[in-house]
Amino acid sequence: MKCDIILAGVGGQGILSIATVLGYAAIESGLSLKQAEVHGMSQRGGAVQSHLRIAQGFIHSDLVALGGADLVVSVEPMEALRYLPWLGPEGWVVTNTTPFVNIPDYPREAELAASLEALPRKVAIDADGIARDAGNPRGMNMAVAGAASLFIDIPFINMEAGVKAIFSRKGEEVVEKNLAVLREGRRQAEAARG
Amino acid sequence: MYNPQTHTKWKRTQLSNSPHLHPPGTLDYNELSTQGPSQPVTVFRTAAKEAVLKNEAMLLLGDEAIAQGALDAGVSGFYAYPGTPSTEIMEYVQRSRDAAERNVHRAWSANEKTAVESALGMSYAGKRAMACMKHVGLNVAADPFINSAITGVNGGLIITVADDPSMHSSQNEQDSRFYGKFALLPMLEPSSQQEAYDMCRHGFELSEAVQLPVLLRITTRLAHSRSGVKPRPAIPERPLQLPQDMRQFVLLPAIARKRYRRLIELQPELVKAAQESPFNSYQDGPDRSMGIVACGLAINYVRESFPDGVSPYPLLQIGQYPVPVNRLERMADECGRILVVEEGQPFVEESLRGALNRGMDVRGRMDGTLPPDGELTPNRVRVALGMDDRSGEPVPEIVRMRPPALCRGCSHADTYKALNQAVKSEYGDGHVFSDIGCYTLGALPPFESVNSCVDMGASITMAKGAADAGMRPAVAVIGDSTFCHSGMTGLLDAVIENTPILVMILDNSATAMTGGQDSHAYGRLENICLGLGVEREHLHLINPVPKNHGDFVALIRRELDYDGVSVIIPTRECIQTLKKRSKGKPAGSPAGKQGGRQ
Repeated sequence: MKCDIILAGVGGQGILSIATVLGYAAIESGLSLKQAEVHGMSQRGGAVQSHLRIAQGFIHSDLVALGGADLVVSVEPMEALRYLPWLGPEGWVVTNTTPFVNIPDYPREAELAASLEALPRKVAIDADGIARDAGNPRGMNMAVAGAASLFIDIPFINMEAGVKAIFSRKGEEVVEKNLAVLREGRRQAEAARG
Repeated sequence: MYNPQTHTKWKRTQLSNSPHLHPPGTLDYNELSTQGPSQPVTVFRTAAKEAVLKNEAMLLLGDEAIAQGALDAGVSGFYAYPGTPSTEIMEYVQRSRDAAERNVHRAWSANEKTAVESALGMSYAGKRAMACMKHVGLNVAADPFINSAITGVNGGLIITVADDPSMHSSQNEQDSRFYGKFALLPMLEPSSQQEAYDMCRHGFELSEAVQLPVLLRITTRLAHSRSGVKPRPAIPERPLQLPQDMRQFVLLPAIARKRYRRLIELQPELVKAAQESPFNSYQDGPDRSMGIVACGLAINYVRESFPDGVSPYPLLQIGQYPVPVNRLERMADECGRILVVEEGQPFVEESLRGALNRGMDVRGRMDGTLPPDGELTPNRVRVALGMDDRSGEPVPEIVRMRPPALCRGCSHADTYKALNQAVKSEYGDGHVFSDIGCYTLGALPPFESVNSCVDMGASITMAKGAADAGMRPAVAVIGDSTFCHSGMTGLLDAVIENTPILVMILDNSATAMTGGQDSHAYGRLENICLGLGVEREHLHLINPVPKNHGDFVALIRRELDYDGVSVIIPTRECIQTLKKRSKGKPAGSPAGKQGGRQ
């Protein structure tokens, strides 16, 4: 098993929490991992990414190679497109469709939709909507994590264990809400993948 | 004298990717999702002890592996000034329950120079100490760093420096290995988080054996990448013990000459130590048309390029310097050419080529086989090895740049609005010198308020120089922590000459760029300025909220009219810590720093 993932988003959107859940699930499943993070200046509303490599056995590079990613997982649609050079020939893009607009020249909605539509292998879900419907508007990133889980060969129960672990400190209700979002994200991804 | 046999008694482990990572429940994963000391206390130490008992690995950033490695190697104190990508070393120690129980020194220093000097003082007293900084911090600490090579150490001393090739959060990409060579000190450069951990113990042993500080050099990708680290049983701290020679640390010329001679005479032993180091290895390969020298984490990109990580070419991995000459000789004798793969500047490559470059065929960053700047990547190394790039689809044209920006509700935004109205609108562009911190983002749209960002403290001194040249007005914008790091001395220069400058010390009393560390400025700025001789009638505090905008602009205008030193201190808490506190999380500290080294 080998899964190289680029996690993408805007500083403050919670991609490190996705990395934590996926990393936790990987460890639960007896796999190795390396995870390169962005700290420092870019966390102030800039484009951020994390390289997450999961494998059976030894992993050498901390970075995913260009053209080597099995997955680009993004919590923001334009940010998903930024990392296409990393995507491998058989790789999938899993992205939230809700834009995060904090720049004056953000692309028009139709242009963005067309670019996403043109991707050969993608799952685009309204993660913000899923989180809102579950009464957990801050849980958007867990919806994206749930959607991404469909493409990672790790038992889903270990993903759920990851969510339980990172939210347990905040109480049972928060855990359940985030689990609901995670499951719905995965369900919608299954439907979208066809 | 140095006996390398005592330093190879343990084997290098191969557990950096151990699948036997720490079980859930003992490692606090909440730690992974937040930054800074404001997060809940994490029971790292219990995890480390359990990991040792169960023969399992912990999931640690490279920075955290160094912190844990030094703690387990019996360190008694860490000294540091925050700076990306080194900050997480000290932050880990500050969260460590074991460090608290042992009362390991773990408070921030005013700057990197004071950090290295304090660490040297702890070494003088016989205990193991570590100083940590980012690469440009070593410029500030260069004086004690170079001279500590002459004094030598008593207790083991490691200077950890995190370089930032590609300048993810920095002003340059200088390679600290040149400093190590300049100072004639041994250096360590890990290739993995596990080696980063292991090198701490090895480094302290080496330091005490040769009685010299050791430079531990890492780069961004190791510092900020997480992987499995298997800890070893901790050893106790060393007792308080004075140096045997009470003149060892007295660098009067007559003594310094002897000490320097000793340092030079030690060099062959340092080479011998590197040649026998467990961190330098030579693996032969069937294809001797080329040999590869890989320094630090470069080895990972080399191995990544080959099936199962096995190089068909002879491969020399360098993790300890000075370079292991005998192994380079072997490669030169046996291989047609040498490819040097190193993160940073061409340190090994240049020494192999020499000025004349008439020796063997050496490839690397100097001949374009690898790019001359920027960090290594798997693809760059693949191409250097003669393989195809394999890049995916290009980025669609509609994708826009998304640079970092000041947060919504940031006090700096209100300060820049006032400053633009009082300075830029009336005198035009080019009058404001700035410094290192969040507020440097004021150089970008929509504010475009500031015109310089050079090094810690340079805002005040550059404004002074421009004022000396006749420029009016000359304004400096500096954060509270940056001011305490390196701004106070420059302000004293200006006070002595009563130079006509306006200094704005942006005090956000809270966390900013590097993530919530204590600021030495907290509650002291006014008294510091008065103590340096700033006149009370030209020292002002103001709360930069929108309703005070008119007063703020008027205040700036009034002080621009004064023909001497003025200081305005806009004070309002950072929006990020305010949010954290409103969520009920403990704020990191009442103080904060807004400078930091990005």
